[in-house]
Amino acid sequence: MSTLPAEPLGNLVQPDQPELPPPRARLRSRRLPYLLLLPALAWLAVFFVVPTITLFSTSLQTGSIYEGYTLTFSFSNYLDAWTRFWPQMLRSLLYAGSATVLAVLIAYPLAYTMAFKAGRWRNLLLILVIAPFFTSFLIRTLAWKTILADNGIVVEVFNALRITDVLSVIGVTTGDRLLATPLAVITGLTYNFLPFMILPLYAALERLDIRLIEAASDLYASPFAAFRKVTLPLSMPGVVAGTLLTFIPACGDYINAQLLGSMPATSMIGNVIDAQFLRVLAYPTAGALSFTLMVGVVAIVSLYVRRAGTERLL
Amino acid sequence: MSDPIPANGDGALRLVSLYKRFGDVAAVDGITLTIPAGSFFALLGPSGCGKTTTLRMIAGLEEPTSGQILIGDVDVAGQKPYRRPVNTVFQNYALFPHLDVFQNVAFGLRRRGVRDVASQVEQMLAMVELSGYGARKPAQLSGGQQQRVAVARALINQPSVLLLDEPLGALDLKLRRQMQLELKRIQGEVGTTFVHVTHDQEEAMTMADTVAVMNEGRIEQLGSPVELYENPKTTFVANFLGQSNLIDGTVESTDGDLAIVAVPGGRLAVPQDRMPATSEVHVGVRPEKLSLTASDESSAIPSHFNRLSAVVTETRFLGVSTEYIVSTAAGERMAVFVQNAGRPDQLAPGVEVTVSWDPAHTFALDVRQAADAGLSPAGAPA
Amino acid sequence: MALAEAERADRAGHSDRPPASQRPRRTPVGWVRDHIVLIAGLLALLYLLIPNIIVVALSFNRPEGRFNYNWNQFSLDAWTNPCAVAGMCDALGLSLRIAVLSTIVAVILGTLAAFALSRHRFRGRGGTNVLIFFPMATPEVVMGSSLLALFVNMSVIPLGFWTILIAHIMFLLSYVIVTVKARLAVLDPRLEEAAMDLYADERTTFWRVTFPLALPGIVAGALLAFALSFDDFIITNFNAGSEVTFPMFVWGAAQRGMPPQVNVIGTMMFLAALTAVLIGQLAGRRRRIR
Repeated sequence: MSTLPAEPLGNLVQPDQPELPPPRARLRSRRLPYLLLLPALAWLAVFFVVPTITLFSTSLQTGSIYEGYTLTFSFSNYLDAWTRFWPQMLRSLLYAGSATVLAVLIAYPLAYTMAFKAGRWRNLLLILVIAPFFTSFLIRTLAWKTILADNGIVVEVFNALRITDVLSVIGVTTGDRLLATPLAVITGLTYNFLPFMILPLYAALERLDIRLIEAASDLYASPFAAFRKVTLPLSMPGVVAGTLLTFIPACGDYINAQLLGSMPATSMIGNVIDAQFLRVLAYPTAGALSFTLMVGVVAIVSLYVRRAGTERLL
Repeated sequence: MSDPIPANGDGALRLVSLYKRFGDVAAVDGITLTIPAGSFFALLGPSGCGKTTTLRMIAGLEEPTSGQILIGDVDVAGQKPYRRPVNTVFQNYALFPHLDVFQNVAFGLRRRGVRDVASQVEQMLAMVELSGYGARKPAQLSGGQQQRVAVARALINQPSVLLLDEPLGALDLKLRRQMQLELKRIQGEVGTTFVHVTHDQEEAMTMADTVAVMNEGRIEQLGSPVELYENPKTTFVANFLGQSNLIDGTVESTDGDLAIVAVPGGRLAVPQDRMPATSEVHVGVRPEKLSLTASDESSAIPSHFNRLSAVVTETRFLGVSTEYIVSTAAGERMAVFVQNAGRPDQLAPGVEVTVSWDPAHTFALDVRQAADAGLSPAGAPA
Repeated sequence: MALAEAERADRAGHSDRPPASQRPRRTPVGWVRDHIVLIAGLLALLYLLIPNIIVVALSFNRPEGRFNYNWNQFSLDAWTNPCAVAGMCDALGLSLRIAVLSTIVAVILGTLAAFALSRHRFRGRGGTNVLIFFPMATPEVVMGSSLLALFVNMSVIPLGFWTILIAHIMFLLSYVIVTVKARLAVLDPRLEEAAMDLYADERTTFWRVTFPLALPGIVAGALLAFALSFDDFIITNFNAGSEVTFPMFVWGAAQRGMPPQVNVIGTMMFLAALTAVLIGQLAGRRRRIR
């Protein structure tokens, strides 16, 4: 029996028990984490969990604003809300989904440029991405009214190039207008949540070891193949985070539909909830819609996160 | 396998029946040893052997499941790390990135309320040859410089024991050699007890006065580097420290100070004081103790030498020496290192040879120990 | 498996890679092709910045009617009298007060919670993480309306300043916790061990090592919280009662008439943010050089 290192079996016997990480907890008391968490959790419990439950119970009430509402555990509000407002729900999904896809397509080249091509301009680009975020988004959204105005340059160029014709055939614009069309709403939504797409993407790409891309090229991958096989998969955590941060708020948004669209043709579910709550005062209907939206978004998000395989993200 | 506890009182570090369990895993499985004050002591073993956990328990960063840690006559096992006269040079240094070099080195002194730290810090930086680097941030230093700051930051506190956790692991080979000498010099200058944890057997042997080889939470063997190398007590030590040829055999008779062991293809003599109690043994010999002689010249071998006939199967030219792999008549593979003194005249594969060596270099180990213990997955001698 | 993947990439890659001799192309089409990503990136940046440019430009406009959407004539009137519009500066002041207060509270509560979540293993940790994720996954219109329902049902706190503040702290908390947690996750625990090894007790270790190293995360969380609070319209609109914050004022102005003063405030905010970030960058660079 020999003990030469070349002996392959010998290599398998080495017990490979890892030196375990230090459980640092011993230096701290057991109650400490609960004490630290208490204020934040209490706040969330009282002002998030309780309202959500209240909302649910409201959605099960019947009555009217004049007679008052009573809890009757009637799910008819839901049926009623769905039959009346399903077009707005569908529209919200469609607009938010389109805006999210567009945001990925627009944000990726910019994030890529910042991470790999910007060199010493990287910080400047980062500032230019973050800074608009600090200007009131309502004012910036209103600026799109100027950009897309009927007598503006964009409309003129689009008309001259016959792009508006194509767009109205698809059904996202009407006539030769851009403002007060679905396209305007989607443009606004895309614009509003773009920084939330760029920053996680940039963070993911910046962490990426450039040598991996070089290794792919060394192994005969074309630039496109290297992107598809290496860069894109490794940046998926950023894509997932970005799409969530874009899709969720876009789903419930009603500002872009209100300011850039034309009511009620571009009305989204947020507009309906807002109106039912604050103007119609039909609390049970509004509650049912809100709850539907919340459950729907959470369901879509969990499905998506599971599909993308990045549960550890948050 | 550990030594009995000698009388104490000179500031030595003593570990007594030290255990550490993480759930069901015994990371440290009963260690008792004494490290004399002023010595350079190495804990050597593969990753996962419990050496770092032992070090962390001495530092106070890990609480022993049971056992005592005595510095002088004081049991520090229950003390907070900041109450112990012990400082650590961390793996990857753990220099505070938000503080400059001066503030890093002064950190311990300031915590203990020492005034006028400036002169001490300057003196310490001079000792590690970093005078003038006080205002730099750790990120602006090279790996070797960071390492020296870490040593200075720990040593300035004049600890009873300095712990070094794989301190050279992040450095390249050349710098590592240089820092080995540097650390040895510093230890000689300050006379502090150094406890050095490493998986690198060469590093342990060149630096330490005493080496404890650890495996699976226990100490396999403790002794000077020469003793461990020449007289390993377990197959793990025989394989982990350098390389060994082990051949299974049965004790047949005794001849004065020598035991005669029958192995496939011959009889081998082993000094009695290197024999285990069992009659079934692994007979061991280090590759560089062996000589190769062409079969037809075997009469030149001294008559009392152990010998086995074999065929050369592989040769590897290593520069200072040539490594031969030979296959004995009974099919045992043995490694042989031959010094390249004079013009190297390699034996080609297929040549018939006689392998011979002085019985004084032979050791024998209990056959119940696995012959392949201590072979690293990487497979190569370090 | 990795090898098979590489092989497939190999076969896919070989066909569409141009021969080396064709590589250095100097035609405009070639240049565009070589820099297609850069061009797309810069166009995206333009898309992001054009509205800001419009906001700045229109702050120097003298609008024809009540709505400041189309360019008419250069004027400094709005800049010389930014508070001339009734109620606007009051709304701005209210928004600033709310933003500062809610940021302070959310940062304190959120930082404590982030420390608990990243530094301790305890029963219920997973559930807590889910609870913290939920407000971020809930559309604002849902949070705003449900809080309104709560406030109306309780009828303890009248709608106004305090209900806005409560609502803002609620939705900021999750963002602060996530931001600070991200910073703590990359903090090497050995640094704290090193401090303890160097005679710093738990309290000193926290204030000398842990806190300074966590500070960038806390500052980032605070900036994010401030921006989110200052800019919030949907949740605020539900819970403001008769109070008017700056976003609510803008919303109203968009219906009734949009004075250029709104653009002046927008421009000033943009410049203030730009200056703050630039100063932060320069300070960071100075620190690195020193």
